[in-house]
Amino acid sequence: MDRAVEIENLSFSYPDGQQGLKHINLVVNIGENLAVIGPNGAGKSTLLLHLNGILRGNSIVKIFGLPVEEKNLKEIRRKVGLVFQEPEDQLFSPTVFDDVAFGPINMGYSESEVRQRVTEALKSVRMTGYEQRSPHHLSIGEKKRIAIATVLSMSPELLVLDEPSSNLDPRSKWSLIGLLRQLPKTKIVAAHDLELVKALCQRTIILDKGEIVAEGTTEKILNDISLLKAHGLAPDL
Amino acid sequence: MKHSFIDQYSGLDSFIHKLDPRTKFITSIVFIVLVVLTPIRNWHVFVIYFCLIVTCLAISKLPLLYVLKRSLVIVPFVLVIAVFIPFFKQGEIAGSYNIWLWQVSVTYDGLLILANVVTKAWLCIFSLILLSATTNFTNLLRGLQQLRMPKVIVLILSFMYRYIFVLTDEVMRMRQARDSRDFGGGRLRQVKTIGHMIGTLFIRSYERGERIYTAMLARGFDGEIRSLRQLSFKRADAYFSVVFGLVLISSAIISWYL
Repeated sequence: MDRAVEIENLSFSYPDGQQGLKHINLVVNIGENLAVIGPNGAGKSTLLLHLNGILRGNSIVKIFGLPVEEKNLKEIRRKVGLVFQEPEDQLFSPTVFDDVAFGPINMGYSESEVRQRVTEALKSVRMTGYEQRSPHHLSIGEKKRIAIATVLSMSPELLVLDEPSSNLDPRSKWSLIGLLRQLPKTKIVAAHDLELVKALCQRTIILDKGEIVAEGTTEKILNDISLLKAHGLAPDL
Repeated sequence: MKHSFIDQYSGLDSFIHKLDPRTKFITSIVFIVLVVLTPIRNWHVFVIYFCLIVTCLAISKLPLLYVLKRSLVIVPFVLVIAVFIPFFKQGEIAGSYNIWLWQVSVTYDGLLILANVVTKAWLCIFSLILLSATTNFTNLLRGLQQLRMPKVIVLILSFMYRYIFVLTDEVMRMRQARDSRDFGGGRLRQVKTIGHMIGTLFIRSYERGERIYTAMLARGFDGEIRSLRQLSFKRADAYFSVVFGLVLISSAIISWYL
């Protein structure tokens, strides 16, 4: 089994009738770093929410060979670490420790294991010592790191990140990219920050109006200026 | 933006700070119940209560000014509710004044009730300040949970603590946005704008709630609230409870025999 994600002909429309995704076919191999780029409202976040069964469309998504169904949800949510764009939403506990421990506690690990996982997760995002801090008092860069730690503590096999660099200044952004590069996991990153995509992912797909309109190596896609222009990803000069 | 937290001084280091939150919570409740139940005529008992709470405040090293300022929250309640009682209560008249057309008289019974309300409210608020200012809010929640407070309520309180300042920031940003585009206009228009802001804030909070719930689901939340047990009583808790309890019992005895 070397496929992390298999999606075949997936369509999804929101309850209000708005079409979110149209005929998505996607395979992500284990160990691969895939970028999903596209303009605002292209359906990037919608696609990501299908990867751990928060949204479910008309066809079955397979994660590490496991179909995303009610009975597999717990296992899938452990395997897929989803980091949301807005850390203020991801960090909902009064202290950093509680937040990083939330996932492991829900997974039913013992107290000593939970503590160990929290320590390791904070260490891998270089935030050791922040356990008792309140998320509200952290900088955005720190919040983003803690948000990543909250899923690392469940030792996911697939890391899914929604706009990891949004709102970050260049220094925080590059330090986050450095950190993500060091995490040896399969990653799917939704972004419209092309610098980040270039630095992090070997393969890229372009999503526009709910459809995959281009797919290829990051180098090929990012050098195709007319393609980027057509989908609002490069300045139309 | 930075805000001072409810538990601003919870980081200080004192005997009171080190106590288990459950000890503090229970002694505060007992203290408040006793203060409320003691008849105001036993004023010497109130002297004991006062000394007790002041001693605890002194041990806690909380800045005096902070405590006094905080205790002012009772003023509006006292003003609105209690201040009129002396004028309306029937009984022996303490003083009588003619103000233009009206004759206003103040009765001893009424004054006693006013004193009753003010003293009790003040003592209770002191004990609550002591509790909330010396206890880290997270620990207080943990304590409440271990005292079998329903988990849903503990969760609601923890969300409140986490998001109250996020919402405050949101309101401040909305106000700045309004002020930078405010070119006057009638009072009615301004009231309407405030109405829209309240509506927007509500919708934003609602949507944020949905996003938070999604984030919880993504990390395996299935409706059951789990937590690690972390608190344990120490010897200091026993000492404190015994001393506090003894003082309260002796004051009860005094109020009985005098």
